[in-house]
Amino acid sequence: MYTTDLSGKNKAEAVSEDAAKVAAFEARVANDEFIEPKDWMPEAYRKTLIRQISQHAHSEIVGMLPEGNWITRAPNLRRKAILLAKVQDEGGHGLYLYAAAETLGVSRDEMTEALLSGKAKYSTIFNYPTLTWADIGAIGWLVDGAAIMNQVPLQRTSYGPYARAMVRICKEESFHQRQGYEIMMHLAQGTPEQKRMAQDAIDRWWWPSLMMFGPPDDKSPNTEQSMRWRIKRETNDELRQKFVDITVPQAHAIGLSVPDPALKWNEARGAHDFGEVDWEEFYAVVRGEGPVAKERMQARQKAWDDGAWVREAARVHAEKRASAKIAAE
Amino acid sequence: MSLTIYAQRLGDDSLILGQRLSEWCGHAPAIEVDLSLANVALDLIGQASHFLGLAGAIEGKGRDADALAFRRDVMDFTNCLLVEQPNGDFAQTIARQFLFSHYQVLFLERLAAAQDERFAAIAAKALKEVSYHATLASDWVVRLGDGTDESKARMIAGLDWMWRFADELFVMDDVDAAAITAGAGVDKAALRPAWDQRIDAVLADAGLVRPAARRATLGGRTGRHSEHLGHLLSEMQFLQRAYPGATW
Repeated sequence: MYTTDLSGKNKAEAVSEDAAKVAAFEARVANDEFIEPKDWMPEAYRKTLIRQISQHAHSEIVGMLPEGNWITRAPNLRRKAILLAKVQDEGGHGLYLYAAAETLGVSRDEMTEALLSGKAKYSTIFNYPTLTWADIGAIGWLVDGAAIMNQVPLQRTSYGPYARAMVRICKEESFHQRQGYEIMMHLAQGTPEQKRMAQDAIDRWWWPSLMMFGPPDDKSPNTEQSMRWRIKRETNDELRQKFVDITVPQAHAIGLSVPDPALKWNEARGAHDFGEVDWEEFYAVVRGEGPVAKERMQARQKAWDDGAWVREAARVHAEKRASAKIAAE
Repeated sequence: MSLTIYAQRLGDDSLILGQRLSEWCGHAPAIEVDLSLANVALDLIGQASHFLGLAGAIEGKGRDADALAFRRDVMDFTNCLLVEQPNGDFAQTIARQFLFSHYQVLFLERLAAAQDERFAAIAAKALKEVSYHATLASDWVVRLGDGTDESKARMIAGLDWMWRFADELFVMDDVDAAAITAGAGVDKAALRPAWDQRIDAVLADAGLVRPAARRATLGGRTGRHSEHLGHLLSEMQFLQRAYPGATW
């Protein structure tokens, strides 16, 4: 769901590495070859990928919470089933992303602990609350729409397992995006209360969605190296612009306004000019100061703690059965 | 009339259990468990749509599955008491699923062979789903019963909570009798020995014994529910109640 690196700068760890190996690696990447788990890779590349993929996986898992908040209140059986299937898809994405990160030598438990301790980040967007049913539409349309923008280029990212996971994820995300827009379209054509709900949702989710692309290029410390390694293929600002250009006409088509007074079509650029994102808010949310950051982490911590005895029972049972089988042979 | 109620009971069982299971989404002990519970919930909500849709069609008053799901009050819900029980911990959820899914397998096997093709078709599709639910729940009963002292104690407590609601699954009344006459019914009482056998076999594998017999708590089929159902409905029906006449 979210792939922009939120962490600090990479340490220059490549210095002690064999220059010939580094050069061969860089040549392969420049040649658009996939790097596979058993291939040699610079330590900084491995670390950057672990951080990015695990952050992406955490975002999928934490991202189940804001939408999960409405499964039990979905307005009809069809919407309930679709939403449940969608949130389940996000869980599945989390699972294959964790598996992709595990190929780089980190365990799922380690990644989970990093999330729960606050060491690992997840998308800022999930630290905003889902207040009405229209938020489910807005998340599908805007948040998954922004995620697709980020993720389509990642299908060609240089690390093979990540690229392959993204191919599958992108297919499902585009279904999510359509179902979100369909919810919004339905509300926008509905009763005055439903229209109000839809407009209120875009008013609250628009700017946080633009923040999903990460800091502006001149303040994105890792972009240059990630682009060179083809972990990333387009810059934050390029992707943000693309998102605005695609989404604004969609909003207007269903009679919703975009909450940005500076938004204007620029004929010369062939693109929309738009206002400045509140970067102070963005950095605060990255620091864990988002409106419902505490609730999100509390929910993940509780699921992890409450589930500990279940995971332990499953492990002990598997061991008992395995040793009984050995004894019987 | 009674065939409407009959279809409605089947829909209500699936709907209420599906709603309960969906409460777990995003909060389960592991991602794999989260996905499997969501799968079961999805199957049940699908079954509910079919059975409630059929109930509305038989009734012929223009109510569809959503009207039945979202605009009836507690006294008109006809699900068994077992499915409305709170999730509790994971063991309690599994205990509920275990008792219900084994019943549902046996029930739907018979219903799939019913003369009334409308019921038989829904049952045949649902049967594949619930066979998986029964296996999933049984596997967890064994894991938890056989796992650690804590998981065993929790599994025993979960079964103990749910046990008083098991008898209701097999109670026959006029609605069931009329459904049998109409070619859509199942003799539920006759399913009990096979159900006992399946439950006992899994419990034995789990190193557990069946809870002591106790007085059955009944009433769900005639709208006499536990206190839990009203809260479940107030959450589930919120939007339809708050915005009457709106479509979504």
